[in-house]
Amino acid sequence: MLAKFSLRDILAGGIFVLAGAYFALEALNYEVGTPFRMGPGFMPLLLGTVLALLGIGVAASGWEKPDREKPLPPSWRGIVLIVGVIVFFGATIRGLGFVPVVFIAAFASAMASRLNSPLFAGLLAVGLTVLCTAIFVIGLGMTVPWFGPWLGQ
Amino acid sequence: MDIIGFLGLGFSVALDPINILYCFIGVLLGTLVGVLPGIGPTATIAMLLPITFSLSPAAALIMLAGIYYGAQYGGSTTAILINLPGESSSAVTAIDGYQMAKKGRAGHALATAALGSFFAGTVGTLLLAFFAPPLARAALNFGAPEYFALIVLGLLVSIALAHGSILKALAMIVLGLLLGMVGQDIYTGTPRFTFGVRELYSGLNFVSVAVGIFGVAEILRNLENEKGREVMVKSVSNLWLGKEEFKRIIAPVIRGTALGSVLGILPGGGHILASFASYSAEKRLSKNPEEFGHGAIEGVAGPESANNAAAQTSFIPLMTLGIPAHPVMALMVGAFILQGITPGPNVINDQPALFWGIIASMWIGNLLLVMLNLPLIGLWVKMLTIPYRALFPAIVLFACIGCYSINQNVFDIYAIGFFGILGYVLIRLGCEPAPLLLGFVLGPLLEEHLRRAMIISRGDPMIFLERPISATLLGLALLAVLIAILPSIRKKRKEVFVDED
Repeated sequence: MLAKFSLRDILAGGIFVLAGAYFALEALNYEVGTPFRMGPGFMPLLLGTVLALLGIGVAASGWEKPDREKPLPPSWRGIVLIVGVIVFFGATIRGLGFVPVVFIAAFASAMASRLNSPLFAGLLAVGLTVLCTAIFVIGLGMTVPWFGPWLGQ
Repeated sequence: MDIIGFLGLGFSVALDPINILYCFIGVLLGTLVGVLPGIGPTATIAMLLPITFSLSPAAALIMLAGIYYGAQYGGSTTAILINLPGESSSAVTAIDGYQMAKKGRAGHALATAALGSFFAGTVGTLLLAFFAPPLARAALNFGAPEYFALIVLGLLVSIALAHGSILKALAMIVLGLLLGMVGQDIYTGTPRFTFGVRELYSGLNFVSVAVGIFGVAEILRNLENEKGREVMVKSVSNLWLGKEEFKRIIAPVIRGTALGSVLGILPGGGHILASFASYSAEKRLSKNPEEFGHGAIEGVAGPESANNAAAQTSFIPLMTLGIPAHPVMALMVGAFILQGITPGPNVINDQPALFWGIIASMWIGNLLLVMLNLPLIGLWVKMLTIPYRALFPAIVLFACIGCYSINQNVFDIYAIGFFGILGYVLIRLGCEPAPLLLGFVLGPLLEEHLRRAMIISRGDPMIFLERPISATLLGLALLAVLIAILPSIRKKRKEVFVDED
């Protein structure tokens, strides 16, 4: 049964329906108003509904059109490391300070590639830390401590 | 003052040593990201936006503009030398340019691309100088209904030009519009879709969204399939054209420039369409069409001129109406706003030095590009050998640091991660990210003008059809969608975009 469908279209449509439904339902909590004096909820309600309908359309367009090519498997290692690095950066930039955060983030994101050895990642991290500190902290005068309060500075 | 006087003013700004320096940095960076794999002008400009905060408005915008048209040059270099278009608009250049390189005529192809681009850039800049002022004057009479119609037109035309499913592109635009509504309502101050998070009251950070869906998502995409790239051409010689070649490229360059100038004004990626249109025109007009695909110099000259002319004229809607024609221009809107300037018809009168300075700098930038690209081609060939695995960690870091430096807001960084994943998932499902970003930027404007128009008309939607300008614009928007849906055009679109995938 499912083999007849384009899985990509169904999933894409599903995301649009969910997103549209969220925006439309949440918009009901705000004042909707009238077309003459639109409230803050008017546009999101309208557009959310449109998005949900488009989502249904997208899903329906995949009917009897199964995906021809199989997509490449996602690189879970890449996703976890890259997104992890971004969250780590946000969570620690104030506490650890610029230099340690940039070094760790550079090393971890370099390891997201299967082709990089730990040695190469380490060298790259040193280079990037020097470069970023020179550009952003020294060159552009970004207000961030080199080493943060968590390190007893 | 007449146009000569204005251009004189512009050149006095653009020739300021500091501004020349930033123009140079811009075109250099642009060429670099055009040549380097996996990073395009959109992500670069998004990452550099925060840095420009500390510059003067003229220097900031001159540099960012330079990145954009510089990337068009750099993209053609990779297209010719390794058959990998660095930028989507160079996809056509790769067809004949790479064949020329294989036959040992890489020098001729590169010289043709550079000279054609320079000519087109010059013409495009002049057109911008001539047409921007009257358009801006006309735009001063635009009211809320006209602006609403114009934004709708811009959004819908961008679908017609995007590749892939039209329904998906429409849905991406609407999703972008909705994301643009996060934050406090402009009229009542009600916080919307903020989950009670204070940081979201001022809306989602534009830079986070842009680097997330264009930078991070692209990296995740590239990590799926890691492979090195082969650089076949190790050295390039013969960087000048003989009399014979000059004769062959003149007509294609002029036709390409004309096509590109017109199509560049269209919203939604006119430069891509322009290079494809120019290629098929040259093929049809050629006396020996069988040469195309096997190294026809006309197949390089036409499309390269077209995409560069379009890159220049796509500044027209931005500079006169404040409406971005595609994602890079949307980022330029962000740059204007960061500098405290609202882009639109008032810029030309309120900030003539800035306006004309940017235009004059484009010509200087094009000149710098020819100088940078031809003699230094050896350097760019070396750049081609930098592996992607050494590059993407730098992109991730620059994205985080740049975003954080705007307002020291940690939440902006988490937003990069969120939009990175969202963008990645949607791209995997066959949805183009560009319409989403366009919708995100235009969402607040669309809502504001719609609400204002409805207050003017006391809630009667007929106002959009009663006013001639807005009715025409909406009619054009409808036409754009109809054309995109027509079966014959759909088939053509498939053919045109097949090379890009």
